[in-house]
Amino acid sequence: MVATTTTITDMFAYEFMINAFAAAGIVAVVAGLVGYFLVMRGQTFAGHALSHIGFAGATGAGLIGLAPLWGLLGFTLVAGIVMGALSERISNRDIAIGIVLSLALGFGLLFLHYHTTFATQATALLFGNVLAVDHTMIATLAALGAVTLIALGAIMRPLIFASLQPELAEAKGVPLRFVSTAFLAIVALAVSECAQIVGVLMVFTLMVGPPAAAQRVTTGLWSGLMLSAALALAEAWLGIVIAYHTDWPVSFCIAMLSALGYFVCLAASSWRTQHAH
Amino acid sequence: MSSVVTLDHATIEIGGHRVLVDASFSIQAGEFIGVLGPNGAGKTTLMRSILGLLPPSAGSLRVFGHAPECGDPAIGYLPQLRTVLPDLRVRGLDFIASSLHGERWGLPSPSRADRVEIERTLDAVGARELANRPMSEMSGGERQRLLLAQSLIGSPKLLLLDEPLISLDARHQEVAIDVIRQVCRERKITVLFSAHELNQLLGAIDRVLYLGNGQAVLGTVEEVVTAPVLSRLYGTEIDVVRAADHIFVMSRGRDVERDAHMHDHGDGGHDHHHH
Repeated sequence: MVATTTTITDMFAYEFMINAFAAAGIVAVVAGLVGYFLVMRGQTFAGHALSHIGFAGATGAGLIGLAPLWGLLGFTLVAGIVMGALSERISNRDIAIGIVLSLALGFGLLFLHYHTTFATQATALLFGNVLAVDHTMIATLAALGAVTLIALGAIMRPLIFASLQPELAEAKGVPLRFVSTAFLAIVALAVSECAQIVGVLMVFTLMVGPPAAAQRVTTGLWSGLMLSAALALAEAWLGIVIAYHTDWPVSFCIAMLSALGYFVCLAASSWRTQHAH
Repeated sequence: MSSVVTLDHATIEIGGHRVLVDASFSIQAGEFIGVLGPNGAGKTTLMRSILGLLPPSAGSLRVFGHAPECGDPAIGYLPQLRTVLPDLRVRGLDFIASSLHGERWGLPSPSRADRVEIERTLDAVGARELANRPMSEMSGGERQRLLLAQSLIGSPKLLLLDEPLISLDARHQEVAIDVIRQVCRERKITVLFSAHELNQLLGAIDRVLYLGNGQAVLGTVEEVVTAPVLSRLYGTEIDVVRAADHIFVMSRGRDVERDAHMHDHGDGGHDHHHH
């Protein structure tokens, strides 16, 4: 017990650790809440594609001397809005999305090719580097997170209605296309924030794992949302703690916890279904 | 009796295709109307017009005495095309709650009164146990009952039920018709009920609205379901055979209603033929 307490205080003796907890905490809550709707709407693949498109944006931004976050944000936002505006259903078209996402990764590679000094940052972009987060980044993430959650809160009611019953929602006057476009723009913001922590390749670990796990154990809307955010937060923080003690990459630890959380909840829910009858 | 839905020389078109041409009829308060007609005759389109989603290109359509407004709470609606998310882990209660003022911006605000109203309506259609079950574990019939309950919430004066019998087996179809008729009589709700088969509805409906060939004929079953009227609506020679309390609508010796029914289920059944 004494030893544990000491190592925890030890951990907070480093400023980069405090920064990592702060940044991961902000992002995890945003990812858990936005991801809940991504999973409910069956649009997880669209979220995945947005992050890959963001990779091209981030490397492109590096090429013209901008911070990668802004390139990431710009590209994912535009891509999200285009996806939403093109069609109600295009965000569910796996093949089109798959082709666009590999094209985006290709462009990312091309931009890297012309900007060789950027190569070390490529790993950070792809797999995240939460231990290198500074105060400016935390402030930026907090501001972006606030914008994301306010926007989500503003459209939440029609978003739920349009996700569950689009035909009826349309009849009741919900502007379906606007809602789905606004939602994908919100996803784009969340993906950009998430990529700062776990990297573009691993945004699923915070945006899909926790909400999918939460939906296995609770079927209530509010309880599901709260549990999703709580799981994402727990997995992100615990991942950092494990990484600190093992020296494994943080993103790996979070990914491991995310998968563990999902499969445990899946097993628990099927066990419960079997024993309910 | 006051009229609830009135079409006066109304023409309704979708993408240049005229679904109804110069149609005039009037549905009175409290009537239970069976809406029938071949696929593509405009059953869904007519309902969408009544909802205010598709104004007539000529003539007038009046609901409760005025042009329909989108999102009118006095109209309950059960759409024919029903998106089903395959792995939706949301319970029945929250599914229905999402539709209550779901068009308003901001956060959902589930209230105690809403919850009571939802449970009361679920009781009315005998579906109380669905409140806490996730949608992904419900059968087609159970979802249907849930949607029916939902369409009754908020005390609508007019109920538009678009093919509510699809995905129900014969026994549940009868139960559904009985429940709808009983609830609507008690609450004096006007009902438009579209279906493939006339026979199941015979005991329940007051009048029938038969659509086809751009035309609409409203009247009692005896007036409308006759060889001359249906031949005009189907645009082909139709025989009407009455036998053992059943009415068979035949074209060259084949039962056209049954054919349409089989066809609809053969190709998946839930496509929007009425567009």
